[in-house]
Amino acid sequence: MTDRKPFRWHILVFLAPAVVVYTAVMILPLFATLNLALFTRGPDGEAFAGLQNFRTLFGDPRWSASFWNALGNNTWFFVIHMLVQNPIGVALAALLSSPRLRFAALYRTAIFIPTVLSFVIVGFVWKLILSPIWGIAPGMLDAVGLKSLFSPWLGQEDTALTTLALISVWQFVGIPMMLIYAALLSIPDEVIEAAEMDGVTGWAQFWRIKLPLILPSIGIISILTFVGNFNAFDLIYVSQGALAGPNFATDILGTFLYRTFFGFQLQLGDPHMGAAIATAMFVIILVGVSVYLFGIQTRLRRYQF
Amino acid sequence: MNRPTLRALLLGATCLAGAAEAQDATLTIESWRNDDLAIWQEKIIPAFEASHPGIKVTFAPSAPTEYNAALNSKLDAGTAGDLITCRPFDASLTLYDKGQLADLTDLAAMANFSDVAKSGWSTDDGAHTFCVPMASVIHGFIYNKTAFEELGVTPPATTEEFFAALDKIKADGTYIPMAMGANDQWEAATMGYQNVGPNHWKGEQGRLALIAGTQKLTDPQWVAPFTEIARWKDYLGDGFEAQTYPDSQNLFTLGRAAIYPAGSWEIAPFRAQVADAFEMGAFPPPVAKAGDECYISDHVDIAIGMNPATKNPEAARTFLEWVGTPEFAQLYANALPGFFPLQNEAVALDDPLAQEFVSWREKCKSTIRSTYQILSRGTPNLENETWNASANVIRGTETPEAAAARLQEGLASWYEPQKGN
Repeated sequence: MTDRKPFRWHILVFLAPAVVVYTAVMILPLFATLNLALFTRGPDGEAFAGLQNFRTLFGDPRWSASFWNALGNNTWFFVIHMLVQNPIGVALAALLSSPRLRFAALYRTAIFIPTVLSFVIVGFVWKLILSPIWGIAPGMLDAVGLKSLFSPWLGQEDTALTTLALISVWQFVGIPMMLIYAALLSIPDEVIEAAEMDGVTGWAQFWRIKLPLILPSIGIISILTFVGNFNAFDLIYVSQGALAGPNFATDILGTFLYRTFFGFQLQLGDPHMGAAIATAMFVIILVGVSVYLFGIQTRLRRYQF
Repeated sequence: MNRPTLRALLLGATCLAGAAEAQDATLTIESWRNDDLAIWQEKIIPAFEASHPGIKVTFAPSAPTEYNAALNSKLDAGTAGDLITCRPFDASLTLYDKGQLADLTDLAAMANFSDVAKSGWSTDDGAHTFCVPMASVIHGFIYNKTAFEELGVTPPATTEEFFAALDKIKADGTYIPMAMGANDQWEAATMGYQNVGPNHWKGEQGRLALIAGTQKLTDPQWVAPFTEIARWKDYLGDGFEAQTYPDSQNLFTLGRAAIYPAGSWEIAPFRAQVADAFEMGAFPPPVAKAGDECYISDHVDIAIGMNPATKNPEAARTFLEWVGTPEFAQLYANALPGFFPLQNEAVALDDPLAQEFVSWREKCKSTIRSTYQILSRGTPNLENETWNASANVIRGTETPEAAAARLQEGLASWYEPQKGN
């Protein structure tokens, strides 16, 4: 039995740095948060409470109303991104990859730049642009005779969330554009030429040849958008504050978690309820990602060139 | 220069620097008053350091809305400064209960303060005090005197006169009658509801009755402030729904708005912004009928305490004793017109606008904001709910009665004396 393979220690050695770092900064905090959600602060210190925090979160009419409001807003935030950001990203990428377009590099850079800006700058700049008092939006609409269309969008319950979602779309449209652009460039010329030989050109070529080939990229973008949106916090916090006004119309899971965990003004923070919300967010994202991975990605057809 | 000499010199320099550092105790102050950075650095700290050699003080403020969360995290992590600026009531009481604020009851300077002044930073039974009171703020209305004279409007004393003045300013059209926005929500609650409210619920009488459970938020005197601020909607600028607190301040200081529902803390920044552009005046919240007893919100706002984990407890106590002296009160009140000292001894104020605000203490009865003591201990938090309700009422998306009913329902859900009301 001398030909038995020796244990391959080098595999462990090479994996160790990544495993150790990932465990320390991701796995442990994740389980610490799940654990924190199972405790509560009573009159005599912290005590194990089982699922009581979750019963409060989903059973208490006030807590559950806040939670479902935040989840509903978050879903709408995501829907806007899926319906606006990703189609525009695909369209821009299709335009950019057209060989007849001049100054493609300029457009590509200009559209991508907002992505690298800080949320604080984006939130502040858009708040100024849309300000009914100092903003340039009312003036510009006035110049084309459409002043009547202007309203204080960020201050109205029915428009504030959509406005913020569109600001976020403006900021991040560069990411799907870049990913799709890269996918489009990787389609071999032979495939395109073969299509042209068969008389498939223009729009038909896009719909029937290119789109099926970039579907896996669109899938990845969708899941990145989903995770990003359900973890979002910065933009809302910067432009509407932790109370996510008006009347909680822009409250998403991230701001709800922040208010609960750290407290706000006279309200003291409750880390245990906060951890319960964080756990709920984790479960929502986990379910969403799983549905995608097992339900959609495995069914996508991949083409090998 | 050869190497050993250089080494010896460096070593000597290091030792000397070390010795010099050891003599100075450095104190860091945590605060939410980032507006006051210059005043602390240029006036207050130099005055203290001049009379107390060997103690160095650093003022390290953070943004007001983030202060509580940031401070709690720093205290839990053990990285907070030596001196802690205290929010009134429960935020500080909780820190004291957790052992994160030192007991200062035996500080000699405590004798300079009345029990009411200490109420914001004492245990419920008043036996222990853990912060040295610094100042209170008074609510009222600051107006553009130049604009008032131009339009022939006089400062109103009653509610009807108040709305008549607003109508007149609106009809003229030169000025936005009132500068206030609904975006940040707290403006509506603090400068709206808590400003005009005490005249309706009769100050301390109503506030204590609410705590005792003998009055409820759906009683007429508690709905009336909402009804009054709901009428403000027509006099605010275009797009006030998205107007932020700095927007409101700028509208007034640029001379575009005539009346600003204010807290006295605005006096110093307004002075700096307005300079000589126009003259400012102030009037207290209007009463229902001429000659009615008036009430003002004279809210205990700011105090300073000690982090028990400080490395320099002696230096910190020395600083706190100094904060309790009339010398500090004089310096602070005049450096920061609009923050009125809570010490028993009266302080002369140089700023006429600040003097106007503080003069109301003589003719009106003082009270503190209704939601701050005890009533914001539970979930839902009454103060935060009041922000939301006041902003809704001003935007006209919730009726005063519905807002009051919602607040009462929330309060009664956890506050024992209000249950069954």
